[in-house]
Amino acid sequence: MRSLKKLSLFLIIASVMVVAAACGGGTSKDTTGGSTNKGTTTKEISGQLVISGSTALQPLVAAAAEEFMNKNPKVSIQVNGGGSGTGLSQVSQGAVQIGNSDVFAEEKNISGLVDNKVAVVGMTAAVNPKVGIKDIKKADLIKVFTGQIKNWKELGGADQKITLVNRPDSSGTRAVFNKFALGGATPAEGITEDASNTVKKIINETPGAIGYLAFSYLTDNTVTALSIDGVQPTAENVESGKFPVWAYEHCYTKGQPTDLEKAFLDYLTSSDVQTTILPKQGYLPVTKMQVERDAKGNVTKK
Amino acid sequence: MTYFRGVIFFMEKLVPAKERLLKSQKNWMNGEVRGKIIVFICAIIMISATIAITIFLGTKGLQSFIKNGVSLIEFLTGKQWNPSDQAKPQYGALPFIFGSFTVTFLAALIAAPLGIGGAIFMTEIAPSWGRKILQPVIELLVGIPSVVYGFIGLTVLVPFIRVHFGGLGFSLLSGMIVLSIMILPTITTIATDAMSSLPKTLREGSYALGATRWQTIRKVLIPAAIPSLLTAIVLGMARAFGEALAVQMVIGNVKTMPHSILDASGTLTTIITLNMGYTTFGSPENNILWSMGLLLLIMSFAFILLIRYLSSRRKI
Repeated sequence: MRSLKKLSLFLIIASVMVVAAACGGGTSKDTTGGSTNKGTTTKEISGQLVISGSTALQPLVAAAAEEFMNKNPKVSIQVNGGGSGTGLSQVSQGAVQIGNSDVFAEEKNISGLVDNKVAVVGMTAAVNPKVGIKDIKKADLIKVFTGQIKNWKELGGADQKITLVNRPDSSGTRAVFNKFALGGATPAEGITEDASNTVKKIINETPGAIGYLAFSYLTDNTVTALSIDGVQPTAENVESGKFPVWAYEHCYTKGQPTDLEKAFLDYLTSSDVQTTILPKQGYLPVTKMQVERDAKGNVTKK
Repeated sequence: MTYFRGVIFFMEKLVPAKERLLKSQKNWMNGEVRGKIIVFICAIIMISATIAITIFLGTKGLQSFIKNGVSLIEFLTGKQWNPSDQAKPQYGALPFIFGSFTVTFLAALIAAPLGIGGAIFMTEIAPSWGRKILQPVIELLVGIPSVVYGFIGLTVLVPFIRVHFGGLGFSLLSGMIVLSIMILPTITTIATDAMSSLPKTLREGSYALGATRWQTIRKVLIPAAIPSLLTAIVLGMARAFGEALAVQMVIGNVKTMPHSILDASGTLTTIITLNMGYTTFGSPENNILWSMGLLLLIMSFAFILLIRYLSSRRKI
């Protein structure tokens, strides 16, 4: 009897919570107000910047921030990860001053942000070395990823079943690869992993595996980077616009950047960073690009 | 105890009775009230944290049904998961719900006999040396972080299963093995407590009737401890249900229903961790992940209810 009472009490509390939750409405928005310093017109830059977003871009921005702080001791910059979606949400809420993203904000239906492209990432399909293929036609690549070709021997490789290694649905890397390497086709179901290093490990260990990786992960022989339609996945080919699978890394600000934000963004695109830190981290300098691309994917010559 | 000694000390000093009593009463009140306040604050913080999390998760989790117009039936029974499709998003989470339940039950299926067996070994068969060896082993298992379990699974277990059983290696089987090792300590510890809390008279009575040791264990001790043993299993399952990292690394995270134990699968937790960082707050993609979180919370309530029910049946 006593336990029954307890049980019903528990149930009542649980139901009250659910009702309260249902009526609560979506009013919870956290605003960890970073100090914006509008109106500092003195030459020496000072203040505080909070940056969050893309984990792919985080090491670059963090390295640049460290250098920037060395040069401007009165500035403090904090760089967080969290993913592109988090970065875009937080910057549009005003929780951080700069939001890093692998994708255009337009693709995530967020408006009112100012885009600052700071780097370019090239990526390509990577296969297990035992597959024995180095070059693939775009049409075949689409067939491989949509599951129409199921064995590598159909493409002149080893007699191995094809195993796809995908990224999560909402991942920026996946969106770019689908759009520019697969021509917008939806890939068939396969193993899904998030972290590039895990993807690389899986491709390396699973016979017949194919996935996609950024150039910076394709420096050794553990996986084979594929050329697409005979175009090698190199920095030069991306810069000249011959190799189509690449994406911008964006630093978004809400409205026009303030002095401090502008100073830091200028520093990121300065030749200092673009020629030293950037290539070391595996990015391609945005300043060297001979082509331009807009949010809809249209490519134009600069 | 110290307070009592203090009183004796006071008495020795021959303080007048009135003063002594008043003072001691005051002391007693002070300590009592202060202690009560501290304990109350602790309790209130814990309760309000739980309520706050529940309310927050409820608000966020229901958004996708209220604001984004996702049908609850589609969410619970649909098999197509495609929330990032701009034109025609699909929110069928059944493969993940199924994956979560399957991997949890399979893990419990392995871990329960092992854990209860270990508990019987420690309490009945070899209480002295057996416990000395097994206890540290189990404590060690608890201390290993889940990401390490996942990494070992990815490096050792997945290739092993691929070579010896076929398939990709990323499978329900891998997830189940990793999870069963992770929940083994929970089950063993609680089962050991349950077995050792059985009154000695049960054993003695059974032996007096001429039962052997195995007969005593099987016919007397296990039936007597069964509610607690079930509680141990359910607690282990609750842990398995909520585990994300280790499972994510070995299960493959596909969006389709698994057809055999060697097929890759996905669970509610792995889909949340994989997609959370990429989605923007307030978008339907993000809200549906919160709905999955709410579903996990409701499941953990269900597990708690089950445990309550089981322990209310306990007779000894």
